[in-house]
Amino acid sequence: MKIIVCIKQVPDTKGGVSFNPDGTLNRGAMQAIMNPDDKAGLEAALRLKDQYGAEVTVLTMGIPKADDMLREALAMGADKAILVTDRCLAGADTWATSSTVAAAIKNLEYDLIITGRQAIDGDTAQVGPQISEHLGLPLISYAQSLKIEDGYAIVDRQFEDRYHVLKAKLPCVITALSELNAPRYMTPGGIFDAYEKEVIVWTRADLPELADENMGLKGSPTQIARASDKVRKGAGEKVNLDPDESVKYLIGKFTEKHII
Amino acid sequence: MEFGLSKKHQLAQSLFREFAENEVKPLAQETDELEKFPAETVEKMGRYGFMGIPVPKEYGGQGCDALTYAMCVEELSKVCGTTGVIVSAHTSLCIDPIMTYGTEEQKRKYVPDLASGRKLGAFGLTEPGAGTDAQGQQTKAVLEGDEWVLNGSKCFITNGSYADVYIIIAVTGIIEKRGRTSKEISAFIVEKGTPGFTFGTKEKKMGIRGSATYELIFQDCRIPKDNILGKQGKGFGIAMHTLDGGRIGIAAQALGLAEGALEATIKYVKERKQFGRTIGQFQNTQFQIADLAAKVEAAKLLVYKAACAKETQSTYSVEAAMAKLFASETAMEVTTKCVQLHGGYGYIREYDVERMMRDAKITEIYEGTSEVQRMVISGSIMK
Repeated sequence: MKIIVCIKQVPDTKGGVSFNPDGTLNRGAMQAIMNPDDKAGLEAALRLKDQYGAEVTVLTMGIPKADDMLREALAMGADKAILVTDRCLAGADTWATSSTVAAAIKNLEYDLIITGRQAIDGDTAQVGPQISEHLGLPLISYAQSLKIEDGYAIVDRQFEDRYHVLKAKLPCVITALSELNAPRYMTPGGIFDAYEKEVIVWTRADLPELADENMGLKGSPTQIARASDKVRKGAGEKVNLDPDESVKYLIGKFTEKHII
Repeated sequence: MEFGLSKKHQLAQSLFREFAENEVKPLAQETDELEKFPAETVEKMGRYGFMGIPVPKEYGGQGCDALTYAMCVEELSKVCGTTGVIVSAHTSLCIDPIMTYGTEEQKRKYVPDLASGRKLGAFGLTEPGAGTDAQGQQTKAVLEGDEWVLNGSKCFITNGSYADVYIIIAVTGIIEKRGRTSKEISAFIVEKGTPGFTFGTKEKKMGIRGSATYELIFQDCRIPKDNILGKQGKGFGIAMHTLDGGRIGIAAQALGLAEGALEATIKYVKERKQFGRTIGQFQNTQFQIADLAAKVEAAKLLVYKAACAKETQSTYSVEAAMAKLFASETAMEVTTKCVQLHGGYGYIREYDVERMMRDAKITEIYEGTSEVQRMVISGSIMK
């Protein structure tokens, strides 16, 4: 079985946030980690590898610094790592990202594609489903469990108050929740081996299936009006009212803020 | 001259840091308070390869280097001195002498289980009457037919009753040279469960209280003749060379304790307010933190240098002694001052620096006291 896991390097929420003048994130200037949902997706793939034997390829689109994250994935047990990087791919929204990643996947053989549900920077949860659309594959999102039986993926899909058991014929796309599992640690020897391996680097030229109008900032229909770091809230307002007045006061505030 | 860590060492450091933070730190207080050997953590460390970091892959290890191993002990000790010394004693004092002096058969028999953490290792040199004066050994090994018969006892043995494989130093005869007699000392591999090998008292200690420190007792303990490690009569050299490596581990433990205490203190002084300001805003605090940080950095350079020397040099006694001397005395000074900067809270067990100060003291004592390190250093540079 050949599994492709799409992973993304995201800003570490423990570090500071830095923006480019155009409102996109200045990823080169921030501490970065593997997106937690993607890490759960990688762990799911590695468990399938442990159980049934599989070749696990990790794929990312990002800046050259994403090499660090790919080495981490190799040290956890992935077999191959591919970095899609090119200046003309920068500033991509979910459409341009999924178009680019899908074009990269078209260069590969696969039985199963796993992505994280969503990245902790954009929080859109769109890229996984869009990849399945571009590739014309069935999709099961929000996977909280995953098993493979007789050429089918069987998944518990998380829902608000329940879960759905869904079955899809391989090849298909699964988007993983971080609740899916507790990702393994790397091993020291795995780290040393990871730096002996080659990270395959693809540029625009290696993606013949990608149309110019679907890539990078220019190929992104999303327009970012403004982006900012968390704004510190004011000290708040203290009132001293009896219970009836308090209720009226709160309802007034909720109405004013369009909460109710 | 390169001072930066390579990418792979940086990634290994982040692994050890993450593991220590998630798996070790939450248990550190309980480990100390209940004097509880962290068996589950040791099992996990085995699973992730931490118990055989510098061991070649063909013997079931991770195939990394001494620097990676030292960084592992450092990061573990940053949050728990007990966990750091368990890895150090196991790796440096048990696996290392087998890898260095063992026959191919001994390596094949013992190392894969030790390096994978399925078995734990320990080392027995110290005796009630033989600490710094290692020549004062009383434990005897006598060859009877195809077996060595061991009699005597060892004390203060780290990993005590939890280990499975023990390197034991014992007297195998008397040598007469130019009218003077001295003891012939040899090294042996002894397995737990061998008849005649039992455990005595578990020591109650000031620090590293979760590490199981036991007395080992040998009463007509018979081990196969082939369990001698290295050549007969070479035990003293084996023990001293083993301790050279061990000192890098203990230096890394001391470094970790100092770093852990300093990190906790920097956080504390930024939060603790007195006279309307955080205590970190007082210049006295700032200067003290600056001095401690500079010493920790110097200790780190000595420890990493010694670890690199172990990879590239056949002897590294002086580097190891300097690293251990400086790092352990730094750990004691830093942790003591960190307790002081915490004020009354630093004396309370709820605060990690209290434990770290108690843990730090032993690093100036075991695997060669600071005085022994000074002897090693001066003996080498003044000869």
